[in-house]
Amino acid sequence: MLTMILRRLASGVAVLIVVAVLTFVLLNLSAGNVARNILGDQATPDAVAAKNAELGLDQPVLTRLGDWLSGAVHLDFGKSFFTNEPVFTAIGSRLPVTLAMVIASILLIAVFATLLGMLAAVRRGWVDSAVQVLAIVGNSIPGFVIGVLLVWLLAITWQVFNAVSNISPGSGVQTWVGSLTLPVIALVINGLASAAQQIRSAFIRQLDQDYVRTLRSRGISEREILFKHVLRSAAPAGLTVLSLQFIGLLGGVVIIESIFAIPGMGRLAVDATTKGDLPIVMGVVIYTVVVVIVVNLIVDIINGWLNPKVRVS
Amino acid sequence: MTTDTLLTVDDLVVEYPGKAMFAKPFRVLHGVSIEIGAGQTLGLVGESGSGKTTLGRAVLGLAPVTQGTITFDGQDISHASRKDRRALSRHLQVVFQDPYTSLNPSLTVGDILAEPLGIQGITGTEARARVKELLDRVHLPQDAMSRVPREFSGGQRQRVAIARALALRPKLIVCDEPVSALDLSTQARVLDLLLEIQQTTGVSYLFVSHDLDVVRHVSHRVAVMYQGEIVEQGEARHVTEKPDHPYTQRLLLASPVPDPDRQAAKREARRAHAAAQAA
Amino acid sequence: MTDSTSSPRVDGGTAPAAAAPSGQSGHVLRSSPLRRLLKSPTGLIALVILAGVVLMALLAPLLTSQDPNHADLTAVLLPPGGDHLLGTDSAGRDIWARLVFGSRLTLAAAAVAAVVAIAIGLPSGLVAGYYGGIFDGVANWSTNVLMSLPAIIVLLAVRAAVGPSVWISMVIFGVLLSPGYYRLTRTAVQSVRNELYVDAARVSGLSDGRIISRHVLSVVRAPIIIQTAIVAGLSITVASSLDFLGLGDPTVPTWGVMVSDGFKNIYRQPISLLWSSLAITLVIGGFVLLGNALRDSLEDLEKTKEKRAKPAGGRRARPVAVEVGTEHHLLKVTDLQVAYPQPRGGRKVVVDGVSFHVDRDEVVGIVGESGSGKSQTAFSILGLLPDNAILTRGAIQFDGAYTVAPGEDHVTQSRLAPLRGKRIGYIPQEPMSNLDPAFTIGAQLSRPMVTVMGLSKKAAKQRALQLLASVGIPDPNRTYHAYPHEVSGGMAQRVLIAGAISCEPDLIIADEPTTALDVTVQAEVLDVMRELQQRLKIGIIIVTHNFGVVADMCDRVLVMQDGSLVETGAVRQILHAPQHPYTRMLLSSMLEGKTPMTHLLADSTAGSDR
Repeated sequence: MLTMILRRLASGVAVLIVVAVLTFVLLNLSAGNVARNILGDQATPDAVAAKNAELGLDQPVLTRLGDWLSGAVHLDFGKSFFTNEPVFTAIGSRLPVTLAMVIASILLIAVFATLLGMLAAVRRGWVDSAVQVLAIVGNSIPGFVIGVLLVWLLAITWQVFNAVSNISPGSGVQTWVGSLTLPVIALVINGLASAAQQIRSAFIRQLDQDYVRTLRSRGISEREILFKHVLRSAAPAGLTVLSLQFIGLLGGVVIIESIFAIPGMGRLAVDATTKGDLPIVMGVVIYTVVVVIVVNLIVDIINGWLNPKVRVS
Repeated sequence: MTTDTLLTVDDLVVEYPGKAMFAKPFRVLHGVSIEIGAGQTLGLVGESGSGKTTLGRAVLGLAPVTQGTITFDGQDISHASRKDRRALSRHLQVVFQDPYTSLNPSLTVGDILAEPLGIQGITGTEARARVKELLDRVHLPQDAMSRVPREFSGGQRQRVAIARALALRPKLIVCDEPVSALDLSTQARVLDLLLEIQQTTGVSYLFVSHDLDVVRHVSHRVAVMYQGEIVEQGEARHVTEKPDHPYTQRLLLASPVPDPDRQAAKREARRAHAAAQAA
Repeated sequence: MTDSTSSPRVDGGTAPAAAAPSGQSGHVLRSSPLRRLLKSPTGLIALVILAGVVLMALLAPLLTSQDPNHADLTAVLLPPGGDHLLGTDSAGRDIWARLVFGSRLTLAAAAVAAVVAIAIGLPSGLVAGYYGGIFDGVANWSTNVLMSLPAIIVLLAVRAAVGPSVWISMVIFGVLLSPGYYRLTRTAVQSVRNELYVDAARVSGLSDGRIISRHVLSVVRAPIIIQTAIVAGLSITVASSLDFLGLGDPTVPTWGVMVSDGFKNIYRQPISLLWSSLAITLVIGGFVLLGNALRDSLEDLEKTKEKRAKPAGGRRARPVAVEVGTEHHLLKVTDLQVAYPQPRGGRKVVVDGVSFHVDRDEVVGIVGESGSGKSQTAFSILGLLPDNAILTRGAIQFDGAYTVAPGEDHVTQSRLAPLRGKRIGYIPQEPMSNLDPAFTIGAQLSRPMVTVMGLSKKAAKQRALQLLASVGIPDPNRTYHAYPHEVSGGMAQRVLIAGAISCEPDLIIADEPTTALDVTVQAEVLDVMRELQQRLKIGIIIVTHNFGVVADMCDRVLVMQDGSLVETGAVRQILHAPQHPYTRMLLSSMLEGKTPMTHLLADSTAGSDR
């Protein structure tokens, strides 16, 4: 078990390094235009050259990569080209909002998708058909359309929620809840049905196992079979579904933040991309990979703990 | 042995690499030697994990030969290349246990039977005629040609597999548990077919099975495998009725007979044997 | 790498759902997947939508006379009607024209991503799956990396590096989607590589290239088509998301940009949002539906027409008096008929008019070949038939009371559930798959004694250890704490026998209890069962295909063929003087006592085997 965790951790670090290097090189392919973008079209070539030198862009890519990596080890990811704000701070101030949305959404999806999936697998009938149809609908509507639709319906037509968030660094819990409810609903709607459908399949696969019939023959109650045995055997498949959902949410939240004007990582990333603020883009990629690696590690640990073949050895 | 020797396996060792990176290789066969004469059947009997299937697969080039030699028709085939195998496949063929996975479900029976012919350059009307002949040989209707395997029962599929093995008129067919997935009456029909084919074509069989009764019925000679070694081999009658090795005796005594009174006696004999072995 | 002897017979018991329909009889209707696709309503809807969009893209210049990029600041945000069929956007551009021309880019984007993803995923999956080794390791690792990156974030980085280009975005997105194809292909190839027909092709000397093209590609073709439908939908989602975020090429009319423009003017002209959102959803929905319909048509998963029997948990079972004079039988089955609804309508009867009884301290064997209905008969006594099974006729009584009364079409679980475990035990065929791998043997063995017999946990453990010893397990304590994967098949089967007798039942139903075991282990397991039966004086029903097992264990024998009982009698009578031709044929197929190398059956050339 411990060796498994260490191995996954090492593999995660390797992934992080590979992605960091590739992204850095990719982003710096276009570094030539950065100074002109910042200074505007009127800037003299001398000013551009000076700016380039100031940003360190006149160095070869490998030198800059080396600098960046040695900084990154100390959590120094450079500064924004435009605001001079350190990347670490910029991300740190946006992270809570985004993580709050993503974590709330994945928890809601986990609970409701498991309940719906179980119900569909056990009861079949109309619940099952409903989950299937909802999954098709959910897969067909892109996240931004759902977001736009919710704004139009709940914020403009019925005026139940604010269309735009008013979260600022010092906002209280109430503002957060009020501002994030609609975005979280949008994120949950986008992923719930397809997660439920996949969890349903995982359950049906387990319900068809021979040992379920044998447990019934021993006089064990349906409830115990379902919640103790089947739930546990279906858990690894369910966790895989949820971890993929989580990765999807990290992408989906970018769009949702942009619709609801939420000052999170997604907005930061989109703005930095449009402006060409490479250190910020780089920082966003690194943060995303770290989050994914941590989530995958948690999933691996839970799965390992659930599987006696791994746990015992 | 009075007849010419067709296949000789001498001191064969088969090892599979271990699962982990530096794990010790897993040795499945520990120096096994057998011989099969032309037109003869060698029955290879043993329990699961005894290595009998691996021996068959090594002869076919489907298992790695670590040590020892396999000589077929005077030619060393222990490490034959794919090209050598292509030439060899004229004379050396196979019938597998499971007729459900040994036939490609998406090909018609005609295509399945034509495959070995095509490799040897037999195509067109010649191949078609040969396929018809083969279907006839295994007592399947001619219209089977254009149908796919799932339209057939287990026994019929096994007939198709036998026909495929016969396509190139081989000298030796490795039969790997060819009847153990079949119902009792189907098993009897397939065994009848295999015997009939041997009588008319003079083919040799390496007949792998876990069932002593089946092996006794079709074999001239029998070899008994246990934990990767051959513990006893000899004339079929002798090995399957009055075996010398305690393991073979145990195997023989464990197989139940369809008569309550004789079975009760056999049961007692088995217990006595077990007690004697334990002492 | 090891031998695979004594694989379980293909029988109703192992796969009840499949036992009823396929596999048994000769002809199966064949219809092409495409035809089935057109027949299914979802498939038809999907094809109509997608054909509509393709036509729209091809005929775009004919469908509108307006220039999609012509801005007219005097005519912004016009409502539908007049010169502008669907109105204008915030720059005064014609919405219909932009919608029509937007379909071109949408489809092209999907095509680019799919082609790139297939071009990378398919060959690498083939190589990794077929050869394994280092390439497989590297490819798997890269796949894991690609799959752990949210596509939007990667595409943002690419956009920051190379500027707005839908083509570059879609090429990169194709790379990100290639793991889907890679995994699909690799899994399919790995399973095919181990199929015996590929071994047969190798023995024939077929080259790897020919094996892949002939035997492997045909297997992955269908899943790839389904995956492509899904990928197309995803590509459109992502491409339009980027456009919506304002990261696309502003000079090209796209649906994503249109939604974005509509959203900015949501207070002034909300209707302008509708068309582009609808178009995107419809096209993606078309691909999603197509994928679903394709999968259904390939798996031939037509929904069974007949509704399944309602679970009867809540309904109160009315007691019905059993036939007078039969109360003393431990079990009595009368005129039982079991059927399954068929995909193409109608029912298939798998047990037909079976009547028999079992008394206390009696061992009854049910013998037959696959498809004879012997396992189905056993499971109807336990009330553990698959959900879609229907008891079309007959009654089952246990210890003087009906578990299935005449006229009931399903097992009343509220009557049977209290009997299972406590009064009726079950020994399955396959030892390993019948133990839950996630729980220790001890937990699985003692739990029923706590819930059914009401023992304390400690008492249950004591008894479990005694039971393990009584079925001949050498170290009960070790086995008690072991997980199923840590014991051998023979030991696992003893554990299951211990489980069946744990709550002191009166009747045990053993479904091919030794078929999956080696013959020496079979003998030992039968010894255990016989000794327990004689000690506890229980009734046992043994379902088997092996007359040796019958001779070893049974007092009476029932012979079944095609769902019907053809002969019943005392064991000596059946084995020594069988009356029915089918019983005689079965017995003559036995090899024991036959002269070697002689024909077993008179009509063996008939090729009529089942």
